[in-house]
Amino acid sequence: MTDIKRPIYLDYAATCPVDPRVLEAMLPYFSDRYGNAASRTHVFGWQAEEAVEAARREIATSLNADPKEITFTSGATESNNLAIKGVVEYLAETGKKHIVTAVTEHKAVLDTCKHLERHGCEVTYLQVAIDGRITPEQVAAALRPDTAIVSLMFANNETGVIQPITEIGAACRAAGVLFHTDAVQAFGKIPVDVEAMNIDLASLSAHKLYGPKGVGALYIRRRKPRVRIAPQIHGGGHERGTRSGTLNVPGIVGFGYAAKLAREELASESARLFELREHLRRRLVTEIPHAIVNGSLEHRLPGTLNISFAYVEGESLLMGLKDIAVSSGSACTSASLEPSYVLKAMGLDDEMAHSSLRITMGRFTTREELDFVADLIGREVARLRDMSPLWEMVQEGVDLRTIEWTPH
Amino acid sequence: MAYSNKVIEHYEHPRNVGSLDKGDATVGTGIVGAPACGDVMKLQIKVENGVITDAKFKTYGCGSAIASSSLVTEWVKGMSVDQAMQIKNSQIAEELSLPPVKIHCSVLAEDAIKAAIRDFQQKQGGAPAGEDEPQH
Repeated sequence: MTDIKRPIYLDYAATCPVDPRVLEAMLPYFSDRYGNAASRTHVFGWQAEEAVEAARREIATSLNADPKEITFTSGATESNNLAIKGVVEYLAETGKKHIVTAVTEHKAVLDTCKHLERHGCEVTYLQVAIDGRITPEQVAAALRPDTAIVSLMFANNETGVIQPITEIGAACRAAGVLFHTDAVQAFGKIPVDVEAMNIDLASLSAHKLYGPKGVGALYIRRRKPRVRIAPQIHGGGHERGTRSGTLNVPGIVGFGYAAKLAREELASESARLFELREHLRRRLVTEIPHAIVNGSLEHRLPGTLNISFAYVEGESLLMGLKDIAVSSGSACTSASLEPSYVLKAMGLDDEMAHSSLRITMGRFTTREELDFVADLIGREVARLRDMSPLWEMVQEGVDLRTIEWTPH
Repeated sequence: MAYSNKVIEHYEHPRNVGSLDKGDATVGTGIVGAPACGDVMKLQIKVENGVITDAKFKTYGCGSAIASSSLVTEWVKGMSVDQAMQIKNSQIAEELSLPPVKIHCSVLAEDAIKAAIRDFQQKQGGAPAGEDEPQH
């Protein structure tokens, strides 16, 4: 217990450390093999291009896709922008201006949709159930003759809740509508198969699977149907004209190697993370009263836990958890004091949304660390509840909903 | 975000956490804020011969809200009711070096002490002090 390195990192959904094996694979491409992958006239360029193509094959294999269907980008935000804007722009002259997405999507999707709304698109924002999920029937009912694209995330970044992607993909395919999924949180953690799941476009990021930051990819289907998109960054015609800009060769090499490792270790690692997550969850919900897991437990990424401790405010709890790195659903740092829009969309009361922690485990997480964390959270929640007027009222049998508060 | 040392000190060692008997005629209770906003403060004072002899608080909120209420309970002890009525949120914010996004925590603490004083005065059958309504 005493030799646990602190602070303990439990925010793997935000980013991951680069795996040392990945770093080792990348290093030569900073020094000896620094060629531009677009240089066709010498060995430096050929080496770089070869390495990029090897990485492309690894990522394609992980998705059950063809390497030609992988376009490298600067990260998932760019991939989401490219997918949605690219499809909508390409289809503009057909009159298809309708987009279907969900209220719990990442801002990179929601803000892209908002932007397109200002430019004449119509967007349907699907609501989620209390478990954070959307049904394929909801998607099918939202489709219109002028729907250009459906964009729904594979697994949510805040809750880890997994959508019924296969069924949603089938509904879109049956209607002849393109289906894009932000697969950032899922890729490398659970199987993502673009064929079996009828996915037409998928956004990926390297740093969520122990690769470097600043590199991502967009899967763009080439057959049945062939997806065409309008490029959003123009220039030298890299990536078959889909995304111009000199390729980030070391980053791409790292991404490819990280994808390979994640694929090879997926079964054992997801089982290990599931056990760890369940160990922590069981300890928290049995040792701390009024601890409630947010979102579906059944349909959830193995290493993700989103949990609320009623009557304790999230930011103050984080302050007490300074030996661990986790994130809170409460954003009291903004003037608006808005709690997580994802949790609110799931129908959580404001106080429960304000009381939430997101704990995400990963490749380097140990059971000893989680036992330390469970002890610490238990102590801090108890301390803050002793200080909480809401906890006191509840102990006195007061129903908080009957009180007239003075919002400010 | 970085907290000032004073905020951390109050958060880790809050002064005067607890409750006084709200049925006691010499105790004034103020509860301000709302769970939906992420902060609720309960501040209580005990007044004897016009002087605040004890103060307790409980706060649901961020570290700055806890520190603001903790600090106010320290300040008001020994003050007359009229002196306590003069406490301004800007003094609290300055003492704790609150950043702009946390100013509302000091406003809430000022509201809480005023609400506690009004409650005490109403119990005494007197008119509530005619202070300005807090503006926010």
